[in-house]
Amino acid sequence: MSGKGIARKVRDTQVWKSVFRHGPPDNARNRAAVIAGNVFLHLHPIKLKKSGVQLGYTWCMGGLTFFIFLALTVTGLLLMFYYRPTAEYAFNDIIALREHVPLGIMREIHRWGAHAMVITVWLHMFRVFMTGSYKPPREFNWGVGVILLVLTLLLSFTGYLLPWDQLAIWAITVGSGMAKATPFMGNAGPGAMLAKIGDFVMVSDKNDVRFQLLGGRFVGEPALLRFYILHCVFIPLVVGVLIAVHFWRVRKDGGISAPL
Amino acid sequence: MSSDSKQSLNRREFFSYVTVGWVMFTAAVGGLLSLAFRFTYPNVNFEPEMEFVAGTPTDYAAGVDERWKNSYGVWMVKQEGQLVALSNICTHLGCIPNWLPAELKFKCPCHGSGYYMSGINFEGPTPRPLERFKVSLLPDGKIKVDKTKIYRWEKGEWDNPDSFLEV
Repeated sequence: MSGKGIARKVRDTQVWKSVFRHGPPDNARNRAAVIAGNVFLHLHPIKLKKSGVQLGYTWCMGGLTFFIFLALTVTGLLLMFYYRPTAEYAFNDIIALREHVPLGIMREIHRWGAHAMVITVWLHMFRVFMTGSYKPPREFNWGVGVILLVLTLLLSFTGYLLPWDQLAIWAITVGSGMAKATPFMGNAGPGAMLAKIGDFVMVSDKNDVRFQLLGGRFVGEPALLRFYILHCVFIPLVVGVLIAVHFWRVRKDGGISAPL
Repeated sequence: MSSDSKQSLNRREFFSYVTVGWVMFTAAVGGLLSLAFRFTYPNVNFEPEMEFVAGTPTDYAAGVDERWKNSYGVWMVKQEGQLVALSNICTHLGCIPNWLPAELKFKCPCHGSGYYMSGINFEGPTPRPLERFKVSLLPDGKIKVDKTKIYRWEKGEWDNPDSFLEV
């Protein structure tokens, strides 16, 4: 049987037909339909303007950021197989990830990736600013991008506690101290002094926003668990939704880096 | 009225039902969000008590005593006729300084803030001295340290008789 004959026989099987809904695209219209009708490929536009693929114009920084986000998701999921977010195990598991596991640089890849993502997000933002791509009708997407920047920094911040070593604990002690200064919601913030009835302090270190973040008055085991859940589940979910909105608005607002 | 009005809603009734429905829906969502918010504040935490009994004044020799440092975050400092309970939270950014007996100073490992034995700052980035906690004598002569009451030097609160014990 010829190669073409085998190919035709494979395409006629029920398995093939159940996976691929249509025959091979043999004209321009069907080839476009393949891209538009595929759940993964449809994220990318069918047609691009010439300026959209000029590296000197976009630096591909948004794409690189998304790629690093995916890499961090995969490496992070792998790390979760070994890491337990408790005071008893956390630090030992970090050591075990280096010493007792094949490919002991998995955690380093995750860490370097995290640093790289912060850098690429800043460069992406710098590029968008310098090319004036924040101007109408793209101003909403700039806002989404600013939220994504903050969430990227929060992912960095929450991940920093997880090794549970001295550097992590004191860095988060210092960093979470900023939450104390939140207006009205932090015990040392502006407005907290007003919420005082006689000797009774309404916003104190046991009910303010820092307590909510840490699950306690200082960085202890509840803080480790909270940061773990924020780092691995909560913030990535929000980031995923916002990335979808971000990409959708890039398309709707006239495409990537196109002069309007 | 005819029987028709019982079977069908008129426009006005329809909108009043819709309004009631939306108000109830908004209240339910608001209630659930409030519960979720409250859920993040536990009813019990397992941190050290804010008040504790710290022996009698005669238990402490002159100088800095570190026996309550790890359990309650307090140094008992006895000097110049006063016994005070000093917070071990650095007033710069919240790390825990070390007591260096050879140099007679508290030194923070995070950013290098330094304090005299009295708690007054003299080096590093910290803007103000360590804080004192309320100390009082119980009827049986033991010391009660109350960490919910704080006395700051820069506010002139170290003159407050609750901020030290005469010894």
